Amino acid sequence: MTDKSSDLVQGTLDMLILKTLALEPMHGYGIAVRLEQMSKGVFRPNAGSLFMAIQRLQRDGLIKGEWKSTENNRRAKYYMLTDQGRKRLNSETREWGRQVAAIARILEAS
Amino acid sequence: MSALRSLSDGLRSLFRREQVNRELDEELKGFLEMAAEEKVKQGMNRKDALRAVRLESGNLEVTKETVRSAGWEFVLETCCQDLRYAFRTLRKSPGFTATAIFTLALGIGANTAIFQLLDAVRLRSLPVSAPQSLALVEIKGGNHGFGVSNRDTNLTYPLFEQIRAHQKAFSGVFAWSGSDEVAVGQGSQQRKARVLWLTGNTFAVLGVPPIKGRLFTDQDDRPDCGIQGVVISYGFWQSEFGGRDSAIGSKLLIQGHPAEVLGVTPPDFFGFEVGSNFDLAEPFCSVTAFRPAASVLARRDLFWLTVMGRLKPGWSTEQASAHLDAISPGLFEATEPSAYSTKSQNTYRAFRLAAYPAANGLSDLRETYDASLLLLLGITGLVLLIACANLTNLMLVRAGAREREMSVRLACGASRWRLVRQLLTEGLLLAAGGAFLGLYLARIFGRSILWLLSTERNVLELNLALDWRALLFTASIAVTTCLVFGLAPAFRSSRAEPGDALKSGSRGVTTGLERFSFQRILVVSQIAVSLVLLVGALLFVRSFCNLTTFDPGFREKDILLAFINLEPMHLTDIEQYPTVIRDLLAQIRSLPGVESAATSTHVPLDGSSWTLGLQIDSREGWSKFTWVSPGYFETMQIALLTGRDFNDRDTQASPHVAIVNEAFVQKYLNGANPIGRTFRSVVEPGYPSTDYEIVGVVKNTKYAGLREETPPESFGAASQFPAFGPWFSIFLRSSSPPSVVFSALRAKINELNPEIRSDFSVFRKDIENRLIRERMMALLSGFFGALAGLLTMIGLYGVISYIVVTRQNEIGVRMALGASRGNIVGMVLRQTVVLLALGTALGAASAVAVTRGVSSLLFGLQPDDPASFIGASILLIAVALIASFLPARRASRVDPMVALRYE
Repeated sequence: MTDKSSDLVQGTLDMLILKTLALEPMHGYGIAVRLEQMSKGVFRPNAGSLFMAIQRLQRDGLIKGEWKSTENNRRAKYYMLTDQGRKRLNSETREWGRQVAAIARILEAS
Repeated sequence: MSALRSLSDGLRSLFRREQVNRELDEELKGFLEMAAEEKVKQGMNRKDALRAVRLESGNLEVTKETVRSAGWEFVLETCCQDLRYAFRTLRKSPGFTATAIFTLALGIGANTAIFQLLDAVRLRSLPVSAPQSLALVEIKGGNHGFGVSNRDTNLTYPLFEQIRAHQKAFSGVFAWSGSDEVAVGQGSQQRKARVLWLTGNTFAVLGVPPIKGRLFTDQDDRPDCGIQGVVISYGFWQSEFGGRDSAIGSKLLIQGHPAEVLGVTPPDFFGFEVGSNFDLAEPFCSVTAFRPAASVLARRDLFWLTVMGRLKPGWSTEQASAHLDAISPGLFEATEPSAYSTKSQNTYRAFRLAAYPAANGLSDLRETYDASLLLLLGITGLVLLIACANLTNLMLVRAGAREREMSVRLACGASRWRLVRQLLTEGLLLAAGGAFLGLYLARIFGRSILWLLSTERNVLELNLALDWRALLFTASIAVTTCLVFGLAPAFRSSRAEPGDALKSGSRGVTTGLERFSFQRILVVSQIAVSLVLLVGALLFVRSFCNLTTFDPGFREKDILLAFINLEPMHLTDIEQYPTVIRDLLAQIRSLPGVESAATSTHVPLDGSSWTLGLQIDSREGWSKFTWVSPGYFETMQIALLTGRDFNDRDTQASPHVAIVNEAFVQKYLNGANPIGRTFRSVVEPGYPSTDYEIVGVVKNTKYAGLREETPPESFGAASQFPAFGPWFSIFLRSSSPPSVVFSALRAKINELNPEIRSDFSVFRKDIENRLIRERMMALLSGFFGALAGLLTMIGLYGVISYIVVTRQNEIGVRMALGASRGNIVGMVLRQTVVLLALGTALGAASAVAVTRGVSSLLFGLQPDDPASFIGASILLIAVALIASFLPARRASRVDPMVALRYE
């Protein structure tokens, strides 16, 4: 099994997807590849968890999808951030930074 | 916003499932292909690349399922699946389904019916605006039988007028009285109608609007108004006028007086007393037109009104009570009745008024049936519990049989929660079916109970229409029962270890002891609860038998009653009544089939009572007083112990004589020879203080009711009755069929004077009709007790059968090794005996605790009546042994070879 996303802290996948989409609209596979590239191969979500997260984000109104054709002339659903999604990404990034710093301080304390 | 989108997306995927699936499909496929292309670019051939991608991302269908399961609509979808599946499973075993639904329907139906009765009698409030601010005005503690009263909480009309004039707590006070029947129509069309007397402001204060025409106002209630207008009830409007508009303004003949129909009350206004509706309403000022003989409105000793008021805003019932208490002395002083002894008048002046909440109206029914109905609700609740236990058992047995199915589903990856839900859905479906059928049965039960409680003279009318309360009640018992009988088996079977069950194959060798023990606990509790119900049933049945076979001191068999009203003869001279009565009696005695006849001022056991104070040898006391004509004791077959009966020489002019009962002699004469002794009665209006000489002693007879001790009673001669009026009752003994005697009587009375009004009844039937509550309790508790026994029998049969089936191999081995059939039957029955012993002991203990509370409803026996306990136990044990003997015998017929080959 190559499902490395299970190593992800619960809920962070959503945040990471939002981050990848912040740069440009992208389809499902593109998101997976970008996540892998940006994490240098550490995170490689499988299709199931990826699309579950996408559906969740879509239901929450953080992203929206649109069918377009790819550079290879294939139809694919491209997802993009909504305003709400952008706001959420900002707040989550801040919160994440705060938490990581706090955890780091605890771990370094000993 | 996002919730809205989630909802719309979910709905879209529910209703346009095809399209949503296709999109998801396309997206996932695109994903895979793009991944494969990537690999091809890196140098793989296309086939290998696709394979690699498939391996990496797993089964496409599973992925789709995972994605889909994230939405809320998925839960809904699986629920529908569960429902469909449950439907299919239940349809596959129609026997089980029918038994389950019918058992539940019986339980739920009985509960709902009793609840509806209770609701109608007790919980529903008066159908008027803001019933919470209504209050009853009563004498604190009642009037202790002072004067003449319908109910000891009633007030006199002069007192009401005083209250109306002086109170400050209410924005309006009104009064009504509703125990009269009047004749409506003419000639052969004449029939009786129940009339409600009320003050003119009643409808306005209550806030009851007319649905046709107008209702009374204060203008209609002027002194000596005669009979002008009448307001009719919705029911009377329907039955008498067919609900036609032309009814308004038409003339209705009431006691021969024409009255204009003014208006109709709304359909839900039943009057004030739950269970007794009214036909006509008349203002109090019309009373004098109906009763010319005496002005009842002026009488200060006639307590016949119920008084209510609407509290002023900001006033509480307590404040109103305090206010009434404060003004009471003035009110009672102003209305003090004359012609009473000083002692009685002091009692009257000490009365105090108080206010009580009146939102639910008042009801004799409530007082009479409250305890009984609550008890019945408890009984039906227990029956439902037994039914649930049975279903749990059945479901457990089914769960055992479906263990393999469950294991397979678990092995295939179904979650345990999903299995529990599946079984609960089955339970819910059964409960819903039971509830629907139960609602239908509830109507039948409810009607039957009303029919049981109604008599020819008193037809009970209650609104038993389904309302939200009854529906809520039924729904909540349905859900509770579903949980009760569905949960245990559900958790049980979902606990199955897939491996174990699959390994053990279909032989069920590993079915552990644990499940049996749970089923055993169920059966033991069923037996215990049934025993409680059976003991209760026997107590009520025996108590009813005691009442019907109890010797009241007279022979009520073959006694017929005739109630005579001479008022319509309009005799100018009241002194003529005795002559008319004497003639009538002589005529009746000469009728063929009539053995003897006599008049009396009191009908025993009808609940009424007449008490006078008395003085005997400077001792003060009291006695019940009844005036009877010569031949009364002979007619009633009451033994005359010493002295003589009354005769024609006892007249108004001769010294007044009395015949007393044993209780009188015991209480006032210490058993000394009473003949020739005298006592003096204490004065009351219409009853001057009189010296009586005792000329005879009769055996004790029951007076107002079967349950009371016999009070001291004095009989006076009818010819010396000081307060004779146009009404009296004739007792006659006849062994001919009542209908024959009645028609002969009617003909004879008609021949004498067609104006005389008469009404007949069979004394024994009247007495039985007063035992309706007891009859209802005996019948219903008997029915439910039998039902509980039957359900327990079925449950026990099921469990023992199941145990026998699972032990078939073992039994085969035992028989192969030489066990006899008797041994096998004994072995199985031993199990029952253990269960029975436990259940009966537990049941008897709880019955002792529970039945103590019903002693007030019993007659002639104690709640720990040994005969009822032993009877119930024997009945239950017999039933249980039969229920387990059948499977035991089947077990003993097992062919050892067949059982062993199975292995």
